[in-house]
Amino acid sequence: MASSFRQHTVLPGFNLALGFTLLYLSLIVLIPLSAAFIKTASLSWPQFWTTVTTPRVMASYRLTFGASLAAAAVNAVFGLLVAWVLVRYRFPGKRLIDALVDLPFALPTAVAGIALTALYAANGWIGHFFEPLGIKIAFTPLGVFVALTFIGLPFVVRTVQPVLEDIESELEEAAATLGANRLQTFSRVIFPTLLPALMTGFALAFARAVGEYGSVIFIAGNMPMISEITPLLIITKLEQYDYAGATALAVVMLVISFVMLLVINLLQWWSRRRSAMP
Amino acid sequence: MSAIALAMPAGAQRASAIQEPAWVRWTLIGLALAFLTLFLFVPLISVFYEALRKGVEVYFASIVEADALSAIKLTLTTAAIAVPLNLVFGLAAAWAIAKFEFRGKNLLITLIDLPFSVSPVIAGLIYVLIFGLQGWLGPWLLEHDIKIIFAVPGILLATIFITVPFVARELIPLMQAQGTEEEEAAVVLGASGWQTFFRVTLPNIKWGLLYGAILCNARAMGEFGAVSVVSGHIRGLTNTMPLHVEILYNEYNFAAAFAVASLLALLALVTLALKTLVESRTVKQTKGQANEHRGT
Repeated sequence: MASSFRQHTVLPGFNLALGFTLLYLSLIVLIPLSAAFIKTASLSWPQFWTTVTTPRVMASYRLTFGASLAAAAVNAVFGLLVAWVLVRYRFPGKRLIDALVDLPFALPTAVAGIALTALYAANGWIGHFFEPLGIKIAFTPLGVFVALTFIGLPFVVRTVQPVLEDIESELEEAAATLGANRLQTFSRVIFPTLLPALMTGFALAFARAVGEYGSVIFIAGNMPMISEITPLLIITKLEQYDYAGATALAVVMLVISFVMLLVINLLQWWSRRRSAMP
Repeated sequence: MSAIALAMPAGAQRASAIQEPAWVRWTLIGLALAFLTLFLFVPLISVFYEALRKGVEVYFASIVEADALSAIKLTLTTAAIAVPLNLVFGLAAAWAIAKFEFRGKNLLITLIDLPFSVSPVIAGLIYVLIFGLQGWLGPWLLEHDIKIIFAVPGILLATIFITVPFVARELIPLMQAQGTEEEEAAVVLGASGWQTFFRVTLPNIKWGLLYGAILCNARAMGEFGAVSVVSGHIRGLTNTMPLHVEILYNEYNFAAAFAVASLLALLALVTLALKTLVESRTVKQTKGQANEHRGT
């Protein structure tokens, strides 16, 4: 079986390594995940549909996906800016800042959640600037957006940065020689090269934001219909022992995650093809 | 670029053609720094400020308090079990994927990445569906008096699930870039499989392995959502550090919440420092190869 399924090599250990990989992955990830789908099958289709489309659930989708899109869009713009500044310019503290960009990956989400809440509350360092303007950030959907922006910050920077580093200066010199000004060179030469990476980063930030829980629940205020995200609704149903309802929502989120994963893989494939071309 | 450009030395002319004017440069730097300050630096500083606001005594008292200590202990235990397991998994998966050609390889890579795209809440939920009282194995576990959900094993499982991809996704591109020539030479010269692995492969990937382990550890210690679902929040028993932060915060005990949070923030800073250090080593080892996978 092995000979037709893999190419021949003198190296040993294929069966052991692959066998262990598949066993571990099945026990920890695949079988437990399939439990969600099997559990949902205990609901009839109309039951499932009613569960995942009640007004409260629909409001949570709108908030989760709306805030995630907005946060990913802000991160696309500022992530590109940060990547550009880090790759192209020299300024004091650059290496430190470059290292700190990954902070949202390393900082536990609960810590980010309470820190952002303290900052953006009406009496917080940042919140008190907005309070006189009548803008409330913490405990509103705006707070959800702030938390998701924090969580997604490194994705665009880290996907765009290596591509930007690889761009040959000859390309830009050629554009300049041909009479393009700096803005034209950027929009017609540099930006198209960065686009696949930028979109990959956007998609990664969006996918991460959709599932985010820890940083959001502190700052959101969690009011039903207004500032309640879908992952929180899953937990709420679970705490009421509504296992089927919780699982139905989880399946909706999982299907969306799988679609996002597919999109991200396609974008990365596109990105690699782009950067492989001279 | 006419008379003035010609008067400049060649290097300056070249630079000016592909560089923005100084005011554009500094505006862009200013904007980027303003964004990072607002969303990164101020939140980080505020953790330590809030933690020390009531004084150093309150700070240390909150950390050495019995429930806080047991939370720290549980977090360390969880990481000490989850990280080595995922290290072994990462090595096995990377060995199979990077050193051999087989059908379905891309699907396997996607499946390994799966936990990254699943919401932490769902990662907790699926274990409740299997091991919870109403779950598949619930009645059997109850009969044999084994507790998994609302107990330490559940916390472990959820943490392992969340951190499955970290080591594997660092090692796979690294080992793919290194190819198989060295290992093949070792085997042809008579080395056994394990000798080849320990003497040839392992020294080549040690920095990548360390890098993956550091990231895996940070996530294992900081995971909140998944652990929150399966923990049951029993003080002194099933509370990890992030969960303890939540409990203290919800009790309006902000100084103590931020004190424990500051330990986690320190962990994050140490992680970043180590990561930067290791990164400079791995970049020397295989320049550029790992970059495209570094995104998450």
